[in-house]
Amino acid sequence: MKISRRGFLKISGAAVAAGGLGVNLDKVKAHAATTKITYSRETITICPYCAVGCGIIVHTRNGKVVYTEGDPDHPINQGSLCSKGSSLYQLSHRNENRLTKPLYRAPKSDKWEEKSWDWVLDRLAANIKKSRDESFQERNAKGQTVNRTMGLASVGSAAMDNEECYVYQKFLRSLGLVYIEHQARI
Amino acid sequence: MSEKAMLVDLSKCTGCRGCQVACKNWNGLPAETTVNKGSYQNPPDLSPSTFTLIRFQEMDDGKGGLKWLFRNDKCFHCGDPGCLKACPVPGCIFKTPEGAVIIDPDKCIGCKYCYHTCPFSVPQFCSKSEKMYKCTFCYDRQADNLPPACAQACPTGTLIFGDKADIYKMAHKRVGEIGGSASVYGDQYVGGTHVVYVLTEPADAYDKLPEKPKIAGSVALWKDVLKPLSMVSLLGGVGAGFLYYIMKGPKRPDLEEGGDSHE
Amino acid sequence: MTNHWIDLRNSDCIMVMGSNAAENHPISFKWVTQAIDKGATLISVDPRFTRTSARAHVYAPIRSGSDVAFLCGMIKYILDNNLYFDEYVREYTNSSFLVNPKFKLPADNEGVFSGLKGTKTKEGYVNGKYDKATWSIQKNTDGTPKKDKSLQDPNCVFQLLKKHVSRYDLDKVASITGTPKEKLLEVYKAYASTGVADKSATIMYAMGWTQHTVGVQTIRAMAIIQLLLGNMGVAGGGVNALRGESNVQGSTDHCLLFHILPGYLKTPKASQPTLEAYNKKYTPKTSDPMSANWWGNYPKYSNSLMRAHYGLNTTLEEAYSYTPKLDDGKNYSWLTIFDDMYKGRFSGFFAWGQNPACSGANANKVRKALTKLKWMVNVNIFDNETGSFWKGPDMNPSEIDTEVFMLPCAASMEKEGSVTNSGRWMQWRYKATNPAGEAMPDGEIITELHYRIKELYEKEGGKLPEAITKLTWDYGLKMPDGKIKHFDSHEVAREINGYFLKDVEIKGKLYKKGTLVPSFAFLQADGSTSSGNWLYCNSYTEKGNMAARRGKVDPSGIGLYAKWSWCWPVNRRILYNRASVDKNGKPWAIDKPVIWWTGSITKWKGDVPDGGWAPLAAGKASRYPFIMKPEGHAHIFGPGRADGPFPEHYEPLECPIEKNPMSPQFVNPTVKRWDIKGIGTELDTRATCDPRFPIVCTTYRVTEHWQTGVMTRWQPWLLELQPDMFVEMSKELADMKGIENGEIVKVTSARGEVVAVAVVTPRFKPFTIEGQEVHQVGVPWHYGWRQPHPELKELRSANLLTPNVGDPNTMIPESKAFMVDVVKKGGAQ
Repeated sequence: MKISRRGFLKISGAAVAAGGLGVNLDKVKAHAATTKITYSRETITICPYCAVGCGIIVHTRNGKVVYTEGDPDHPINQGSLCSKGSSLYQLSHRNENRLTKPLYRAPKSDKWEEKSWDWVLDRLAANIKKSRDESFQERNAKGQTVNRTMGLASVGSAAMDNEECYVYQKFLRSLGLVYIEHQARI
Repeated sequence: MSEKAMLVDLSKCTGCRGCQVACKNWNGLPAETTVNKGSYQNPPDLSPSTFTLIRFQEMDDGKGGLKWLFRNDKCFHCGDPGCLKACPVPGCIFKTPEGAVIIDPDKCIGCKYCYHTCPFSVPQFCSKSEKMYKCTFCYDRQADNLPPACAQACPTGTLIFGDKADIYKMAHKRVGEIGGSASVYGDQYVGGTHVVYVLTEPADAYDKLPEKPKIAGSVALWKDVLKPLSMVSLLGGVGAGFLYYIMKGPKRPDLEEGGDSHE
Repeated sequence: MTNHWIDLRNSDCIMVMGSNAAENHPISFKWVTQAIDKGATLISVDPRFTRTSARAHVYAPIRSGSDVAFLCGMIKYILDNNLYFDEYVREYTNSSFLVNPKFKLPADNEGVFSGLKGTKTKEGYVNGKYDKATWSIQKNTDGTPKKDKSLQDPNCVFQLLKKHVSRYDLDKVASITGTPKEKLLEVYKAYASTGVADKSATIMYAMGWTQHTVGVQTIRAMAIIQLLLGNMGVAGGGVNALRGESNVQGSTDHCLLFHILPGYLKTPKASQPTLEAYNKKYTPKTSDPMSANWWGNYPKYSNSLMRAHYGLNTTLEEAYSYTPKLDDGKNYSWLTIFDDMYKGRFSGFFAWGQNPACSGANANKVRKALTKLKWMVNVNIFDNETGSFWKGPDMNPSEIDTEVFMLPCAASMEKEGSVTNSGRWMQWRYKATNPAGEAMPDGEIITELHYRIKELYEKEGGKLPEAITKLTWDYGLKMPDGKIKHFDSHEVAREINGYFLKDVEIKGKLYKKGTLVPSFAFLQADGSTSSGNWLYCNSYTEKGNMAARRGKVDPSGIGLYAKWSWCWPVNRRILYNRASVDKNGKPWAIDKPVIWWTGSITKWKGDVPDGGWAPLAAGKASRYPFIMKPEGHAHIFGPGRADGPFPEHYEPLECPIEKNPMSPQFVNPTVKRWDIKGIGTELDTRATCDPRFPIVCTTYRVTEHWQTGVMTRWQPWLLELQPDMFVEMSKELADMKGIENGEIVKVTSARGEVVAVAVVTPRFKPFTIEGQEVHQVGVPWHYGWRQPHPELKELRSANLLTPNVGDPNTMIPESKAFMVDVVKKGGAQ
């Protein structure tokens, strides 16, 4: 039997009849008629964990995630999800453990300091330029042209989108990096 | 409108626990603080914030090899629910025409009768809110034409939701395919459950699964004779308390030691 | 994966070995279960009885690190019992090719292939390198390979393979692997039953195979099995690497790796001073008119990449000169990076969306290496052991000079773009909400950094500024300041696909300047096209964003879903599919056809064929099916590998036995041995057959966490399911050590120690290896010290134990087989 969210067997109305000793069902009816996803906006995403590539629907209301569930239309997972996929909700902004501000740790310091994006990006850019200029090799020991930066290395990132991976490698290679590695190596 | 049921085909479960988390996600249930005590099973049991639990169980296959059993445990949504019979509060526990057996937390007085009469020990007491909680068969999703969250999440076809008649047929067909000691569990008990297992092992092989579940005889007495009487004195709670005592003896300690919130 | 997830349902026999798909790729079991429902056999080969084993028809235990022996035994079984698919083997593989008569097999050459140069020790060769002169194929005068289609010539590949694997008899294999003989036979029989035309078997493997010093040879052994059984290119077959991260396929395709540029093009070497020299070096030639030799198109792809990076701002040669070059023969991979970092050779470091303090082998070396940096940046969505390395339990912040930046990035549902799954499906995902707090999408952060660095070079000058200042960055609407305001992933996706940079006429049709290239067959070597990744050319065309497609029809009947998303290359869902048909184009398996020939007018039907040429019966108008090989034939004999053209068993760097039961050569002779004096550091230790570390250990994952746990340990629902680091061990071992189930223990290796909960289980059983009892334990690598329980100040990361030694082909560390001890720690959980 195939049950898809949209093709799910129609249960007539939200009526819930009494069982046992006479029940007031108004509350149940009201609850059933408006679940947290009744008026939600649905956005399609792909699970960020393993590479099966399951489809997930992210339900939002007023820009906040209210629920996540497997995408029944997706041919691979057909609405199903494992424990990790099922917990996507807790990866969203709903998770108070998320990093929400750029942090900086000065040499020898024992604490993080919150900084503005402008501050960290400017400082990082200056650091990168300095490291590059200090370690740039136009020629190797044999005198062959190599145009590379020996003092910088990068690892990551299989968690980025394709478009980001592409621009990241383009960015790194323009800086002259040869030490470029990521999750695929380990 | 038709009666619904859920098949739990244990021959297909991989213990991925998509169902367990999907249940928490839909129902907004908090995580418990757990400890690894040498098993993958966690939380260790059903609780007021864990309505669905995969039980992990290792066993000898009798041929020098091993079996690892994964059992999706939750409310069976009995055709003849002991909890409903035992509940002293009118309308607190009720059954939908689709077969869901539901505890209305607003009405629950936390007397735990439902727990003690449930052949599967499903309803769970929350010490903070002093109420009982259990699986709702996602009646709210059903009303919205959606299958229960656990069934939607299941990748392998272990959990299948549908019309009760079809599900029962499917269960028996599946048992025929598997053969051996496989059996259908649930359709013959407590009025025919709305959650039926296809077991691969004899029922008594599974942890915490009664071999032949039934409601204690005293509960029938309660329901048919005494419960209408108790309604009279419900506000005082005297009748209910007295009946609790004669059925189950002194009150036992809380089922769980706090930690979750149902305020 | 050569095939894809849904295709698993078409299989008659599924072997899960070197992976644990039910746990780590759980939704794959939707399709595995469907195959089982149709009668398929499921085999689980694993050191430990897993959730995959629980559903398997056959479970075979295996000692970690002995997979090559297990598989060579299967090859022998297939050959001895004539279970191979004869026509397929003869016609589609290089089995008939004649090898140089001077080539020697390990049996006749002290356990190594001919041509090895290296230092000889009492363990055999170390740090060796092969001179592959004797691994050559004999050529006819026209340059085509010499063949013996009867497969009888003693120098033909088929006979050499037969001779090579004859040493892997059942007794030997059982003694190396610890797998009972009857289990070996049960697996071999079930799997080899698919060596007939209408049956297929598939392999699901992952890091359980790659993370070994013989990782590549293990996969080679399986590829040989799949070729012998005719299981490549067919539905329900293939060699399927189950990639572990949502976009590790895409990040590999776009080559965030030192040795390759997007589309698996080679990173230029110092010896290739010009683009012309570079292209010449990497463009293979063939003398056989029936060989498609697809890599013959190399310059079209490399030149289009140069255009994608620098557009028309530079000449092709200038763009090439800005591209950094590697020294010939030097490896710049992961283990080298952390060795160099430890030696203080880097000032700056990017850990972008990765947690190497937990994921790197010999993690203590990684963690100490981070203290040697001047600065580092860690981009992540949660705090982690890398960004916060300086406050680790055994670190003293006041002594650490590293300046650290931790940048919050957007989660997957907080930005728009595509990811490529293991089945090569490029799937578009959309933005559901704004990023948490001030977090930014990675693309925006990269853009900001690029602009700021570019400005500095424009203002201050510096080393080779043109490499940065001339780079194109057209990823959105340019504002008056010449910068884009927002990173538009659609614009990047278009650049990756590629454009015509001027009006180009191809086969009588005009393609206008500025339009998107329809597919890589249209890319040009003259600089008139761009493409950021030729493999993805066809993914975003004038017809739109192919990755966003949601067509749900499957006329193929075999689950190809050709109109759902898009798959590389050119939406071909099953690779090597020209091998799924006979020489007339008729499918071997008529009830699950991938492609079929319908005549010269209507041509192929089904999946996108691996090239549209007529079937082989058409002679010169046709092409051999394995189009990426210069000779068009699949490699049973694989001379491209660093460690041998056939797989051979060597023991892991650390193992429980004193010698290799197969030969005098103990460990793979071509691995880089950091543990040898003068090469690595004092932290690159090895303890083999060492009484201090008598237990084999392996690492793995569980369903409920992911990778180093950096995303999952912070999620209460997942932490609830698997709350802590654990070590699984047999009851027998626990009894011997006096360890109770649930007790806190320490796992120690030559490199570190880890605190863990003992999970005592019958799912681990002792092995009998070479007559001795050998115990094995296993640890998940999801934990660290930052979360949960930072207050305990205990290191709970599995990679503190693993050795830093890599496969000689891939340099992937041997995290799956090493030696440890387990001791009581005292105190209860």
